[in-house]
Amino acid sequence: MVHGEIWTIKELFTYPNEYIYWSVQIVMYPFMTGLVAGAFVLSSLYHVFGIKELKDIARFALVFSFALLFAAPMPIVLHLQWPFRGINVMMTPHFTSAIAAFGIVFFTYGAIVASELWFLYRKHFVVKALALREMQDKTMPQWAEYLLYCTLTLGSYDVSEESIHRDEKAIKVLAGVGIPVACFLHGYAGFIFGSVKANALWMTPLMPVIFIMSAVVSGIALCMLTYILVMEYRKYMIKRARKPWQMSLEEVKGAELHVVKMTSKYLVLFLVLAITLELLDLIFRGYTAVKSWDVLRSVIYDRDFYDIFIMQYGIGNLIPLLLFLLPGLTIRRTVLGVLLVLFGVFMMRWNVVIGGQAFSLTFAGFMHYHLPIVPHDWETFKEGLGGALSIFVMPFVLFYFISKVFPVFGEAKQGH
Amino acid sequence: MSNHVFRPLIVVIGIVALILVARYFYVPKDFGTYERGYMYSWHRKGDEEFWRNFKIKYQGKEYCKDCHADKYASINKSPHRIINCENCHGPAIDHPSDTRPKLAIDKSREQCYRCHVKLAYPTSDRVKIKGFTDPEKHNPKMECVVCHNPHSPKLGGA
Amino acid sequence: MISRRKFLKYSLIGAAGMAVPAGMTIVQGGTPEEARNKGLRWVFLVDTHKCVGCGLCVKACKQENEIPYDANVSRTWVERYVLTKDGEIHADSPKAARDGFISPDIDEGHGHKKVIKPEDISKAFFVPKLCNQCENPPCVQVCPVGATYQAKDGVVLVDRTWCIGCGYCIMACPYGVRFFHPVYHTAEKCNFCYHRISAGMKPACVEACPFGARRIGNILDPNDPVTQVIENDRVAVLKEEYGTKPQVYYIGLSKEVK
Repeated sequence: MVHGEIWTIKELFTYPNEYIYWSVQIVMYPFMTGLVAGAFVLSSLYHVFGIKELKDIARFALVFSFALLFAAPMPIVLHLQWPFRGINVMMTPHFTSAIAAFGIVFFTYGAIVASELWFLYRKHFVVKALALREMQDKTMPQWAEYLLYCTLTLGSYDVSEESIHRDEKAIKVLAGVGIPVACFLHGYAGFIFGSVKANALWMTPLMPVIFIMSAVVSGIALCMLTYILVMEYRKYMIKRARKPWQMSLEEVKGAELHVVKMTSKYLVLFLVLAITLELLDLIFRGYTAVKSWDVLRSVIYDRDFYDIFIMQYGIGNLIPLLLFLLPGLTIRRTVLGVLLVLFGVFMMRWNVVIGGQAFSLTFAGFMHYHLPIVPHDWETFKEGLGGALSIFVMPFVLFYFISKVFPVFGEAKQGH
Repeated sequence: MSNHVFRPLIVVIGIVALILVARYFYVPKDFGTYERGYMYSWHRKGDEEFWRNFKIKYQGKEYCKDCHADKYASINKSPHRIINCENCHGPAIDHPSDTRPKLAIDKSREQCYRCHVKLAYPTSDRVKIKGFTDPEKHNPKMECVVCHNPHSPKLGGA
Repeated sequence: MISRRKFLKYSLIGAAGMAVPAGMTIVQGGTPEEARNKGLRWVFLVDTHKCVGCGLCVKACKQENEIPYDANVSRTWVERYVLTKDGEIHADSPKAARDGFISPDIDEGHGHKKVIKPEDISKAFFVPKLCNQCENPPCVQVCPVGATYQAKDGVVLVDRTWCIGCGYCIMACPYGVRFFHPVYHTAEKCNFCYHRISAGMKPACVEACPFGARRIGNILDPNDPVTQVIENDRVAVLKEEYGTKPQVYYIGLSKEVK
């Protein structure tokens, strides 16, 4: 079987070489980069615009953004027919291609997030390094830890008021510069699709903007979800613990409602923007009714009606909108809302990537994609449900390990 | 006023330098922009040589003429003169050689069906070719070549 | 809050940094005239009146270019169009016409066959297709690593040692001529049998076609018979609206062709 043949069902008249080449991993990639961009924007809302209520979630969002950053290229690595040649994008980039921007944009964005994290946690590193230096008779793991923290300080041990103040200024600059870079990170993903004139569904100048809007939505939603889950889990653990904790129960309130309410306002704003743009694109296509409209109408209103209008717009957009706008928002309702929003954003990526391949270039045939659920070889795993779930779980696993070096609560009080 | 603020930048510049060094060793020396400009010909020049040297399989009708003069002459007198020898005899490649002393002939019914299944298509030259509407009714399971010599397909003499 | 001065300073640095890669996108390369000082630009001519759908071209192409015979992909293929008197258009290309069209029934995918009575046919014909070696190839534009490129004589080639297998070029081709090679796992497509034409021979499909429906020529040579047909006869190209400037010309192309 040729690549793509096993999960493609062709109907009526299609070109012989047409298969669904861009499968679930290409859906995952913009989904993951969207989470990255969104998490960063959320963090920057505090650092740049000084919205005090977002302080707690801001640091959390930044660390999570870093964890996401390592998971985000994984869908591409799993999709490429030659994964190890992936570095060719950085070695001989062909900048007339949107995908070539990947190397530079990812690296720049990674540098900004890493730098911002360094400034945020520098005092913590210094404190840890000095404490470990004092310790006599270090064990092997403690030596490793000592070396790690020494390296992380980058040789800068000055933690005076003035020094910390400079750190704060640097964070503001990086957060500010990072917002357009995060937008570019996801905008270019939208451009990858929007600029393909051969694909009647993808080709629109609105695509990069739609992607950015829904990316921010997904990023905020994921941060809210993880924030709530982590805070509630901590509260639960404190209740269970027999040993005394550093903070009293009163101090640890679990997920803070006023933080959640504030963040959800931004979520709703970007959600409305995303929906508006998508509906605009749909209405425009129907109104202008160019050559491809017949087959697109057949795909959008007939074959993929359920995926688009029920799953994405209905469950993924309309219901969460109602949940957030109705008065008396609770933590529980927020959790449901953000889960549905994340689902809606995923379905949007699905409907664009898979939907764009649901009709043939002949405009007289169709291709149906069925996701490989049970893998029977490496290909049906990596480009099937197994691969998609592995990618989705990866940032959480990474976050767990990264937050051991960049702690998100408790001990690492940074004062800003 | 040793400003520690630029330390991350130095780390980043260090990484970029490493990448540039790796690039020097990894990228082939003939990789660059050529006649069609950066947009349309950013590539490794040596690849063009690879495609020029790709192995030729089909040698063409004139290749067979010298050794197989009789067969060449007989088919040239028939309506099948328009068909290349290798269409039924397979690509010559380096025949005659130790690896390829003889060529395998496609004698299947399906090979003849390609043209000789009747398709009533008014605006195509297909309609000019004699054929069967239902070929399975004409001596099924027998190869066509048992009765029809492809080099002079008309029954009852050339 | 960040000071206005700092914001402007960093924005300018950022914009300047973006200008370098942005500038590279504007450079379109030398004009076609400059690149053709050797006087060679390959073009292809297909006569859809002469094509009878025997599929010998597809078989020859697969063997010449080492595309696995049983794989459901091909560098070239033939499409059949049958128009019935009720105005319906029926089209198919079973196994890319590797075995020809040996049934009058239209292949509609996974076992479905549409039976058409001969008396219902208003017009029917065959259309061979292959890579158009476009003058403005969108597939080359979108390759992120420079694995696919256009040679001086117009043929678009793929570097099997450099292709990362992302599939962007396959998605960008409006004509659907590209696919992944089942063995090498790199992008693959017709290259006019570059190894043959560079040695003075004809492409395998041109040699194989008994009816002379396929021809290749040099548009820069005014004495080339193919060039003379293109210049003096009524010819058409596929999907002109995409601006790709395809270099495969068709005689007898009809409005129904997709």
